Amino acid sequence: MLDREITGEQAEGLSAIVSKVISWSKDGEEVEAYASKSEETEIRVHNGEIESYTVATDAGVGIRVVKGHRQGFAYAGSLEEKAIASALAEARDNADFASEDPAVGLADPDGVLPVELNLWDSALESYPRNEKISMALSTEERLRNGDKRIREVPSVDYADLSTSSAIASTRGITASTSRTRCYLSAVALAGEESDTQTGFGISTASSPVGLDQDKVIEDALSRAIRMLGAKKPRSARTTVVFDPRVTQAFLSVLSSALSGDSVAKGRSFLAHRVGEQVGSNLLTLVEDPTDERAYGSSPYDAEGLASRRHVLIMEGVLLGFLHDSTSARRMGTTSTASAVRGGFATPPGVGCRALRLEPGGGASAERALDPTELLIKVGDGIYVQSVTGMHSGVNPISGDFSVGIEGLSIRGGELGDPVREATVASTMQRMLGSVVAIGSDIEWLPGIAAGQSLALADMSLSGL
Amino acid sequence: MSIERVLHRALAKGGEFAEIFAEDRRQTAAVLDDRRVEDLSSGADRGAGIRVVAGETTGYAYTSDLSERGLLEAAEAASAIASEGKGGTRIVHVGNSNLQGGSIEELLEAAGDLSPRRSSPRDPQGSAMRMLPETVSKADKVNLLLRADDAARSAGGAIAQVTISYADSHRRIVVANSDGLVSGDDQVRTRFIVSCVAIGDSGMQTGYDTAGKTVGFELFNEVDVEDVAGNAARIALAKLDARPAPTGVVPVVIKAGSGGILFHEACGHGLEADHILKNSSVYTNKIGERVASSLVTLVDDGGFGDEWGSYAIDDEGHPAQRNVLIAEGVLTDYMWDFLRARKEGRTSSGNGRRQSYRHLPMVRMTNTFLLNGEDDEEAIIEEIPFGVYVAKLGGGQVDTASGDFVFGMSEAYLIERGKVGGTLRDANLIGNGPEVLQRIDAVAGDFAMTQGTCGKDGQSVPVGCGQPTLRISGITIGGTANA
Repeated sequence: MLDREITGEQAEGLSAIVSKVISWSKDGEEVEAYASKSEETEIRVHNGEIESYTVATDAGVGIRVVKGHRQGFAYAGSLEEKAIASALAEARDNADFASEDPAVGLADPDGVLPVELNLWDSALESYPRNEKISMALSTEERLRNGDKRIREVPSVDYADLSTSSAIASTRGITASTSRTRCYLSAVALAGEESDTQTGFGISTASSPVGLDQDKVIEDALSRAIRMLGAKKPRSARTTVVFDPRVTQAFLSVLSSALSGDSVAKGRSFLAHRVGEQVGSNLLTLVEDPTDERAYGSSPYDAEGLASRRHVLIMEGVLLGFLHDSTSARRMGTTSTASAVRGGFATPPGVGCRALRLEPGGGASAERALDPTELLIKVGDGIYVQSVTGMHSGVNPISGDFSVGIEGLSIRGGELGDPVREATVASTMQRMLGSVVAIGSDIEWLPGIAAGQSLALADMSLSGL
Repeated sequence: MSIERVLHRALAKGGEFAEIFAEDRRQTAAVLDDRRVEDLSSGADRGAGIRVVAGETTGYAYTSDLSERGLLEAAEAASAIASEGKGGTRIVHVGNSNLQGGSIEELLEAAGDLSPRRSSPRDPQGSAMRMLPETVSKADKVNLLLRADDAARSAGGAIAQVTISYADSHRRIVVANSDGLVSGDDQVRTRFIVSCVAIGDSGMQTGYDTAGKTVGFELFNEVDVEDVAGNAARIALAKLDARPAPTGVVPVVIKAGSGGILFHEACGHGLEADHILKNSSVYTNKIGERVASSLVTLVDDGGFGDEWGSYAIDDEGHPAQRNVLIAEGVLTDYMWDFLRARKEGRTSSGNGRRQSYRHLPMVRMTNTFLLNGEDDEEAIIEEIPFGVYVAKLGGGQVDTASGDFVFGMSEAYLIERGKVGGTLRDANLIGNGPEVLQRIDAVAGDFAMTQGTCGKDGQSVPVGCGQPTLRISGITIGGTANA
């Protein structure tokens, strides 16, 4: 009944499959089945030729069985009935070995109606293969000819994906959704003598029609070239401006501290702080998977509840956490429809899909600055173009934050000389409190958060 | 036979090379968190990828339908790139005649019989009695989690949270190509991971430890899960009074074992031939040149015992081999897969790997390690007035074009006046590969290995890393305290 016009025939086929799995449930057990199917094209070009062309369809089913507050999970990388039946049997068997946990269980329908999202773009289906290839080839050619300092264009990638999924459970959940996505990305190397610097550009859209080739080229080109001649900076305490992509990476790591599962299990530095000021009053953080511009937007969460908007931090005050049905039961609250899964092969868990900083901090819209104004406000500091080691030097439990950076110095409100082989460090607790400015330059990047410029005072820059 | 028909179809529109990669993978994972066995999950996945190479172009298609019809459809899709029609038809003969008539599914069942491991004296798995994960009861797997949880929690009252995960994978692969190769392998991996959170006056700290090998459940005959858990808990507890790490350039000593990640990032990725051929590595055109201190002899060896990155054949059917990459500081070779080696008119070094049948193979590391030196691991520290001793590293990342790389420390101590002192909070270190390799000024003889997961271009594969205790005379540390 929740199938909409935007969902294709594929989603209906999947709905039939998950309903069938549910019909196989036995007395005394609850069953949830999630099925997905995707079609994918990936084109990589190099040196004016197609380096690789990949086409694929992929499908599978993930099944949760709950018996007496014990959960088991199994998946099958196939939609064949035999494989699905044996996954169900495995999940059933697995449940016997889990510990009894009153919080464990499937999601209960909560009556919230899904927001209608336009995520399926039929323009993808009719877009000719040859034009996808020529888009990638012309991107490479324009990049190679874009500047005489461009030494190599190691890869230009075009990819598109159409995915459908359906979920059903013995608790009465039924939902299905379909979406299309595509992206164009390029890596460029700029060089002078022994100095080589890398620039990356990416554009995403729901069909090739929406891709911004000029932006991909301009980003890859300018980001490589402006880093030429970069030097290691002196160590200092300074204000740091994160590029939108860096802010996105930062928010993605921060998201684990906002997960109800982390909070319930004592793994978040934000636990017990609801209602308190945890950051600067410039900081308003929203999770809104119903915003169809967001890469992770979806009408339902991974347990089939309708997605909804949540303000997590309002002008520096922590308002709450995100929950799936299990973490909600554990903390005596209700699901925020924030279950996510990495595909049919993983059980659902709590996660963000569409985090963003509300430009300017809630009601005070005048505080959102465009990138030029933001640099003027900062005056002197370091502009961080990209970071490395987000997974190795950032600890969302202790809050320790230390990443490798490259970027540009900021002098008198303008971008200056490039810097590299340095780190910036602080703690996430301190960073939330030291927000100086938030940019209005929101970018809907692939991932679980949007990007926008973010200025943070009092970071430790380590170099010479 | 079916394989020949599929390869024939793959080359029907032209192209010089076609390959079928078939895979069957069974996995089990069990997670204990917050004192409860939370998730026991299992999965089965099988499929095949068909690759067609025509000139500079590779066509790839994959399917989970292993019937001849499914494979022929994939072969047709992969061959679309060769539709310009340069090749004409070609009859393909593969393998030995014993395989005539076999379907891919039958070959997968017996993949182990096709493995060169069967006849290899350097057999990583065949010699030991294997305990295949599917023959071990789930209760025995879960029991390991409970034992480790008890051990971690008894390490100290400040241990507030413990997560333990057990994972096994049984992967069978068959590779057949138009050069006539048919090979297979039966790969079993088992891993155990413990993460602890300790709470003290200054907040929360974390510690983790892992054990993993390319073996079955017999891993636990040599690995004591209580030790792994105890070590993870010890690290979290030790960090409770950790100080912020310094800033600036300091001498750093890295304890034997997890420091292998240093080489993985500082030069390993930069020595992968795909980066070399695209001129996107700082090590391009450096064969025969000094790229590291003379104390550095670096090896990548996919047949190195039953370490985490080991296999009998790579995912293109080439047997694993030992490749010396840097000999006493001089660059001797890069790592190669089939496609890049073919371009250069040489043979693969056995480094063509893929995450699964859904992925194209590319050049990947296996077990990458620094050989022993002759320094004394304690004397190495005694000579340092002020520096950092890293006992455990986390992950890392590199920009192969500039050579700049980072790696994270998850257990580290300050060195003051030649003595290892208090613990430091987590931080990244950053350096430039070629510069840091030159600054390795001491290497001890206490070699040890560790395991990790290496991500490249969206694909993850298991890798091993190893090194003896070593010293870097200076590298930038990303802390917050003034050095």
